[in-house]
Amino acid sequence: MTEKTDVVIIGAGPVGLFAVFELGLLNIKCHLVDNLDKVGGQCAELYPEKPIYDIPSRPVVTGQELTDELIKQINPFKPKFHLNQQVEKIAKTEYGWIVETNIGTKVEAKCIVVAAGAGSFVPRKPPIENIESFENKSVFYAIRDKSIFKNKKLLIAGGGDSALDWTNELSKDSNVTLIHRRKEFRAAPDSVSKMQELETKGKIKFLKGQIKKISKIQDSRIMLEYENDDEKLNIEVDYLLPFFGLKMELGPIAKWGLNLHENLIKVDTEKFETSTPSIFAIGDINWYPGKLKLILSGFHESALMAQEVFKYCFPNKKNIFRYTTSSKELQKKLGV
Amino acid sequence: MPKLIITDRSGKKSEIEYDSNFTLMESLRDNGYDIEASCGGCCACATCHVYIDEKWINKLKNMNDDEESMLDQAFDVKNNSRLSCQIDLSEEFDGLEIEIAPE
Repeated sequence: MTEKTDVVIIGAGPVGLFAVFELGLLNIKCHLVDNLDKVGGQCAELYPEKPIYDIPSRPVVTGQELTDELIKQINPFKPKFHLNQQVEKIAKTEYGWIVETNIGTKVEAKCIVVAAGAGSFVPRKPPIENIESFENKSVFYAIRDKSIFKNKKLLIAGGGDSALDWTNELSKDSNVTLIHRRKEFRAAPDSVSKMQELETKGKIKFLKGQIKKISKIQDSRIMLEYENDDEKLNIEVDYLLPFFGLKMELGPIAKWGLNLHENLIKVDTEKFETSTPSIFAIGDINWYPGKLKLILSGFHESALMAQEVFKYCFPNKKNIFRYTTSSKELQKKLGV
Repeated sequence: MPKLIITDRSGKKSEIEYDSNFTLMESLRDNGYDIEASCGGCCACATCHVYIDEKWINKLKNMNDDEESMLDQAFDVKNNSRLSCQIDLSEEFDGLEIEIAPE
């Protein structure tokens, strides 16, 4: 089923969220797509607890506070979120565009607004030669169906929450070894003590080291070579599950034929439209002479982009500029 | 101006001047070195990983927990690994030798 809306915003970071506000004031409805499982982009994923000091009128605000307040601010416009998915394809239609995600969500919209920051968050892959040929067979960066690991021998790599949570969870039905470069973990204290308890009881094994090589042995078994200090050691398992956090990459956007400038999308500074009409780009993902990657700039770009998107959504209407402080109609939309 | 001696990923060694108001990551990036630093320097990624020359490693301020934890997301971590965004340069680091870690 294809849903219909006015605008699909790719990226639910601070700039994508504020775009909902600016578009909403002009009666333009939005859907947002984000590859993370939560709203807020880098602010929520990379530095939720860290302070930001350059948001006007906020002497200090954390990444999470900024996200929470933006969600509150756009709530009157009831945006629809499609999380945990990445926009893979876009196709031109008579109405505008059909946007399709990697899990099959389809939304048709008049305009697309790319607010994808530094790109999509994807798992960070260890730089082990040939690892690609084992991916989704013996190597998994995310777990969708844990039943395949039942009664198997697993090597989990990493020292954060995902590595520890999965070590604890999968040890119930599988033979789990955890490998990490040191014996300290940056995960929730509860999970760390649980893992240590499992190790003491002999339910899991812990190895100190870093994986360097992967190779195939008979059937679906794999051999991993790892180094601890200068010692080289091997372990044979059925599956390797590396959890080294997330990194950002431009992803499928690079293939949509938009004019780029060093992996950033070129826009004009009047409309923030890309080289393809009715596709816009705002925030850290865009480039124009003098561009500064600031949340502040993204907010400004949202407001100007919305003026142009209005013309695509309501070609026969005149857009009258009004202030939220004085316009009764805008205040009605905001429910104040 | 004080100088840094940088070995890039291809193994090429060169000297750059630095301003002691900046971090090591900022100096590298300003000089066009290919260092991603995707979080912008707030110790929230691990994409500005460098190796500090053994002669210098003990002269730097010790790593805090945040930096040590972030290094868990880096690869090829060694005893002399640091995140360059966490290294404030001062005049006394004139001649500091570092190598940019693989991506």
